Amino acid sequence: MRLAQHMSVASDRVRSTAIEATEFPELARAYQVMGVPKVVINDRVQFEGAVPETEFLGAVLQAVEGS
Amino acid sequence: MSILNDRDRAAVRKEFEKLAGPVKLVVFSQELVAADLCRQNEQLVREVAELGETITVEVLNPAIDRERAEGYGVDQVPAIVVEGARDYGIRFYGIPSGYEFSNLIDAIIVASTGESALSEDTKASLRALTADVEIKVFSTPT
Repeated sequence: MRLAQHMSVASDRVRSTAIEATEFPELARAYQVMGVPKVVINDRVQFEGAVPETEFLGAVLQAVEGS
Repeated sequence: MSILNDRDRAAVRKEFEKLAGPVKLVVFSQELVAADLCRQNEQLVREVAELGETITVEVLNPAIDRERAEGYGVDQVPAIVVEGARDYGIRFYGIPSGYEFSNLIDAIIVASTGESALSEDTKASLRALTADVEIKVFSTPT
């Protein structure tokens, strides 16, 4: 969540929501959360586990590609 | 009974030395939906807010304060919006415990300063975004 929230501060285009999976099992099921942290960007790009900043940014850019 | 112990409080107080501008924590609670979780979440936020002079708390009930909840785009409880000079779009769904607690503290600081700790290259790429980005990060309390 740390990188996501810093991205939110850096750009007014970016919103970030931390979701506690056990308190919201329906959301966790809908997004097929098997391992955490799980990151889902624009419901298009997803990955599990902590990644470096450049890789996270790559996922963000991939999620908005063509939009 | 307090949620935070003395050691937690001391650690958070130390982190809050970095606070600059005001931060508002908007808490969404709805007893009918999740009474215990909402109460615990609200208590945690109030305990955290007591540790920083520039932090204020507002509690909203999405069933009553419907327009405000919609304005914040919050459709779950318990939830927290971390607002600084503007609404940066940072939300927490569920009680931020464990690792998420550190992230809440970090979110408060970054919203207070308005300065992200990202590299200049990353910031430049984000400034160039032409579409909205919605990031969801799922975690568990451990």
